[in-house]
Amino acid sequence: MSNKNLHDLTTQVRRDILRMVHKVNSGHPGGSLGCTEFLVTLYTNIMNRKEGFDMDGIDEDLFFLSNGHISPVFYSVLAHSGYFPVKELNTFRLLNSRLQGHPTTHEGLPGVRIASGSLGQGLSVAIGAAQTKKLNNDSNLIYSLLGDGELQEGQNWEAIMYASAKKVDNLIATIDLNGKQIDGATDDVLPMGSIKGKFEAFDWTVIEIENGNDIEAILEGMATAKAATGKGKPVCVLLKTMMGNGVDFMMHTHAWHGKAPNDDQLENALNQNPETLGDY
Amino acid sequence: MKTYTYTEKKDTRSGFGAGLTELGRTNPNVVALCADLIGSLKMNQFIEENPERFFQIGIAEANMMSIAAGLTIGGKIPFTGTFANFSTGRVYDQIRQSIAYSDKNVKICASHAGLTLGEDGATHQILEDIGLMKMLPGMVVINTCDYNQTKAATIAIADYEGPVYLRFGRPAVPVFTPEDQVFEIGKAIQLQEGSDVTIVATGHLVWEALEAAKVLHEQGISAEVINIHTIKPLDDKAILDSVAKTGCIVTAEEHNHLGGLGESVARVLALHHPTPQEFVATNDTFGESGTPAQLMEKYGLNSDSIVEKTLKVIKRK
Repeated sequence: MSNKNLHDLTTQVRRDILRMVHKVNSGHPGGSLGCTEFLVTLYTNIMNRKEGFDMDGIDEDLFFLSNGHISPVFYSVLAHSGYFPVKELNTFRLLNSRLQGHPTTHEGLPGVRIASGSLGQGLSVAIGAAQTKKLNNDSNLIYSLLGDGELQEGQNWEAIMYASAKKVDNLIATIDLNGKQIDGATDDVLPMGSIKGKFEAFDWTVIEIENGNDIEAILEGMATAKAATGKGKPVCVLLKTMMGNGVDFMMHTHAWHGKAPNDDQLENALNQNPETLGDY
Repeated sequence: MKTYTYTEKKDTRSGFGAGLTELGRTNPNVVALCADLIGSLKMNQFIEENPERFFQIGIAEANMMSIAAGLTIGGKIPFTGTFANFSTGRVYDQIRQSIAYSDKNVKICASHAGLTLGEDGATHQILEDIGLMKMLPGMVVINTCDYNQTKAATIAIADYEGPVYLRFGRPAVPVFTPEDQVFEIGKAIQLQEGSDVTIVATGHLVWEALEAAKVLHEQGISAEVINIHTIKPLDDKAILDSVAKTGCIVTAEEHNHLGGLGESVARVLALHHPTPQEFVATNDTFGESGTPAQLMEKYGLNSDSIVEKTLKVIKRK
């Protein structure tokens, strides 16, 4: 996909996120907006994906979302990638919907391979899927996305230790480094020191994307990450993002982690992101 | 009255090990994971024959459960091995979200369940695991009674699509079920036919129930003994057919009376055929250090207790 089309899709996904959470007055727009460029680029230009969906995902790259609360961006990107009708985004968080508050396989939504929401489990799941790829002699890659606050969950460090010890080198785990969590800045809630230093100490290859909201930078950084796979070490991408990116009043604050805009705020936010591909 | 004998005692965990070894030879999709308890779980032979299909996780059970969920994606059938306490309570949320809610085909194989773990004491003697696991939607819960049944169950669950909790134990117990049995998930097995009382037992208490039936027979009491190896889904029909004849029931298990087999049976009876019931189970307590036999006696989990509860329940008819 060309850069112009990537930008158009990114803007449309932003509108989807804002309209989804506004409609049900709940959900997590902040982290969703911060990861929009990344997930759009991942699904359109980076991952090797097959047409259609089956759970086993043989002969294609797979993605696991660990920080499941950013489901609005995940659902919008999946829909625009053809896994289910875009108009189904209208059912987000409603009774009897396949688009649950947090992603699940339980309702049979194509594109989702694991439930997530309770934090800290997705990296382990991704490692398991990566090891099955190796057993199946399937040279495709496993991608996963974790929040930075999520790294406070201890299971991640079990997984990080295991992945390097077992040379799980067909895995690219991206950390959304937005520096924020529900209760405030990660440095105030529980300072984690150098996340880069920690991953390197656990013998991972670390690649930094300084502007994780810039499509060019994401394309370049993920190409570097891909080139680093298959060399005996798991690969970590530190993606520095802006929570609430693209909506001025949602940026530079943790306030929109899990809060929906009201009618006026939605109008303001949508005006900053004019319709490109058409609203659902 | 049928006679049950045995020529040897073996631990049920060795039945698991033997079943896993056979699966390694017959089912290329079976993989195994362990959190630093290979010897205790008797997984050595499988590992020797299939090193590429074994994952040593280290002492990190949460990671093990979620990795197992991931391994299913691409068609593998993971069998996780650790003690029952670390297979359930320690990793409940990982099982709940990544395995049960995500509908993953993981077999959680749990050794050293209950008091018969013995001297290690209450930190390791989980008596709540059946309850924890049966409450998870879609989870099959199995507690086997001897070496042969555990081996057969291990082989059978590989052919079942969906999450399974398989519970077994540490001590050597009589081997009395047939070597060539076919294990049917959810199908109770009638071991003795009787008319005065139904004794429904699971796990290590099944042999104790047979011993109790002999004592009761000498007292002129005809006990029907049923081996319930699958606690979920429960064989409702077998229980209801039996109590329709006998009019009273004793349940026996190496587990807390809250959340175990007894409660599942009580629910079936309350819904369909209210019947006097007595419980052979622990009484909402933790265990302690001791030999398995000492502990089973102190906490009332042996044939003497089954006889006592039987005499009590018959009077309530």
